[in-house]
Amino acid sequence: METFLHQVIAGLATGGIYASVALALVMIYQATHHVNFAQGEIAMFSTYIAWSLIQAGMPYWVAFFLTIVIAFVLGVLVERIIVRPVEQAPVLSVVVVFIGLLVIFNSLAGWIYTYTIKTFPSPFPEKPPFGTHLVSSHEIGAVGVTLVVLALLYSFFRFTPLGLAMRAAAQNPESSRLVGIRVGWMLALGWGLASAIGAIAGMMVAPIVFLDPNMMSGILLYAFAAALVGGIDNPGGAVLGGFIVGVLENVLGAYVIGNDLKLSVALVLIIGVLVIRPSGLFGRVHVTRV
Amino acid sequence: MAALLQVAGLHAAYGLTRVLHGIDFALEEGSITALLGANGAGKTTTLRALCSMVKVEGEVHFDGARIDGRATEDIVRLGIAHVPDGRGTFTHLTTEENLRLGAYVRRDKSSIAQDFERIYGYFPRLKERRHQQAGTLSGGEQQMLAVSRALMLRPKLLLLDEPSFGLAPLIVREIFAIMREINKTEKVSILLVEQNAAMALDLADHAYLIETGRVVLSGTSEDIKKDEAVRRSYLGY
Amino acid sequence: MTTEIALSAAPAARPARSRLAGLAVLFIVVCALPFLVSSYTTFQLTLVIVYSIVLLGLNILTGYNGQISLGHGAFYAIGAYVAAILMDKYGVPYWATIPVSGALCLVVGFLFGLPALRLEGLYLALATFALGVSMPQLIKYKGIDTWTGGVQGITILKPDPPFGLPLNQDQWLFYFCLAVAAVMFWLGWNLLRGRVGRALIAIRDQPIAAEAMGVNNAMYKSLAFGVSAMFTGVAGALGAIAVQFVAPDSFSIFLSISFLVGVVIGGIASISGAIWGALFIQFVPNIADQISKAAPWAIYGVFLIGFMYVMPVGVAGAIRIFWARMKRKAGSSPQRSG
Repeated sequence: METFLHQVIAGLATGGIYASVALALVMIYQATHHVNFAQGEIAMFSTYIAWSLIQAGMPYWVAFFLTIVIAFVLGVLVERIIVRPVEQAPVLSVVVVFIGLLVIFNSLAGWIYTYTIKTFPSPFPEKPPFGTHLVSSHEIGAVGVTLVVLALLYSFFRFTPLGLAMRAAAQNPESSRLVGIRVGWMLALGWGLASAIGAIAGMMVAPIVFLDPNMMSGILLYAFAAALVGGIDNPGGAVLGGFIVGVLENVLGAYVIGNDLKLSVALVLIIGVLVIRPSGLFGRVHVTRV
Repeated sequence: MAALLQVAGLHAAYGLTRVLHGIDFALEEGSITALLGANGAGKTTTLRALCSMVKVEGEVHFDGARIDGRATEDIVRLGIAHVPDGRGTFTHLTTEENLRLGAYVRRDKSSIAQDFERIYGYFPRLKERRHQQAGTLSGGEQQMLAVSRALMLRPKLLLLDEPSFGLAPLIVREIFAIMREINKTEKVSILLVEQNAAMALDLADHAYLIETGRVVLSGTSEDIKKDEAVRRSYLGY
Repeated sequence: MTTEIALSAAPAARPARSRLAGLAVLFIVVCALPFLVSSYTTFQLTLVIVYSIVLLGLNILTGYNGQISLGHGAFYAIGAYVAAILMDKYGVPYWATIPVSGALCLVVGFLFGLPALRLEGLYLALATFALGVSMPQLIKYKGIDTWTGGVQGITILKPDPPFGLPLNQDQWLFYFCLAVAAVMFWLGWNLLRGRVGRALIAIRDQPIAAEAMGVNNAMYKSLAFGVSAMFTGVAGALGAIAVQFVAPDSFSIFLSISFLVGVVIGGIASISGAIWGALFIQFVPNIADQISKAAPWAIYGVFLIGFMYVMPVGVAGAIRIFWARMKRKAGSSPQRSG
């Protein structure tokens, strides 16, 4: 029983990580109606920036917040400079541009920082919490950070005029212009915020999986799955989706099929969910008008 | 007296297809002016051209400033609210969120709250449905919402594109009555595009008749109503 | 944007005589290539032919039918492994493995297409992405490693030219793949230029209208998956024979992504686009590697983005636009009535 509990809690902890990356995906989807395949790599790159700052002697939290700002600016610049020219291109062409960004960031990180793995500090105490060994302080802290980001994101979209304007711009650009929303900047802002959230996710992931240029490749897939299971237009759903995917992956791996096939089986289950509920568990069902 | 809106030699095209061939017209401050014409005459394009939603040549002056070539978002900020063809509802947002977006460029928070009440006064139905997803509203309600969204800007000029389209006559009459009231009490000038010439001429003070991208006739609504050709082709009696 | 693609997919006019002559010249040049270039280049060109079959297959699904696939590497892997296992364990001659690979992938693709019917856009992207990611793991699975050779993979022998033809092995493989490709392109051409092609495009652009007009959407969509997988499986078998080796990690998700990149770069919903795309995915990584040994993939990424800026509708689309402009400039195109 205790090992089972351990697996579930470990699953929740990894799920928290998937959830944080899923939030970044939801963010950018809300703002631009694109799924950014380069999201994980931008997060990874931002984490390297944080690593450099900490190496340079900066205190953790200063580096943390500075990295968020840098990632935000990086996201805005990428949208303005690289994505903007293909705004009008077919969706698949945009996907190819995202793939291009993915390999560029991955390759640059490998070039600048090499492919040797690095340790990344955790801001949370090393001592396990409440005297239990089921879960580390960092894992609890990471889940907490994810929930805080979720709360901020939810409030932003729900209660601020800017959040409303961003949702409007993604949905109906023409009408948005007619009420005076600067649609182009909303897209850039969406990229900026998504990158910032991704940076937070990266800094929470890195102490667990270690920092290397490929650290996000597996996570992105699960985060993508989490976002879709939870509903890509629903931040709360995406976080819940993250936890579901994390627990599912761990418990299946430990008890049902062993670690060899856990990726495949987890994915089959996720797809099973989507086949039954094509808009995700908590996503909005889209009604098509003829 | 200076016109609020002055349009001279307006040309517009979609790709290689020219739609407007030099439109000239003016709109007096405080008036309701109608652009009449058949399907495909260029009425909608004229409205879109005023807001830089299509590429244009020609001159557009609004409230003493030249506005052609400016970005749509900036033209809106000058006080031109456009109720587009197809109503432009944000279908996934609630009614209230749609209205909040209408006031997006305004910074006077306290009077925005009053405007909500004022609008709900005109259209009580929208108040009932304020937390409902706008896409689930009926056609008439969505038209009311579109007009309301535009009014939330507190515009000087309201551009209305086919407000009667696809609606039951009773609802159209209701909307037109409210338009007249808004024009009278709030001094909002209105530029109305309509296929339903009879209704438009009842509402408007002035009218222009557009045929294949050109103004072919203009005058007060009374004069236009009396015109033999208009009566036969557009009013149908 | 769908309209743009729709226009590009409109059936071209019957090939003019001059065009046929052009094709004939091109064919002769291609046939002469193995005698003009090195063995290694011949091998690379063989892979281009193989990839062009994949891209044609993927284009049937993604370009013509509008179903995105980020996992076609999986079908390629199945085709490759079927060929390798048949040759290695059962002594089946290499040419006989190709129809088997194709048939098996047709079935697997069709079956995968059935649940995928419920999924669209992003959700389909995820499902196929998952397929692509899982495939290497599935191949490595211990229960089947007596056939697959596990992580080690299977090494197979390069076939000799038959009938004592005066060719070396690489040259023979080139012609063999070229012949198979010709058959596959002929099949693809006939499929896409006819009733089936119109049905696929109709489903892509106006699914509800297509259904209303009596097109069986579910059937066609699954079939598109099956046929697309069949093309890919045939190419996988050829690829295995050409490379003489199969191993799980040759079929990573990156392969699937390369295929999608190839389709988009070549030109969505274009038959000739398959060849442009295949040239890109075979040669551009090498070029990138020559430009920068330190960060070749960064260069590759820059190429990708650059191509999309210059040719947002792919190489075939750009060529089409170019010809249309030339024609308009020449002023020789008489106004069509209606």
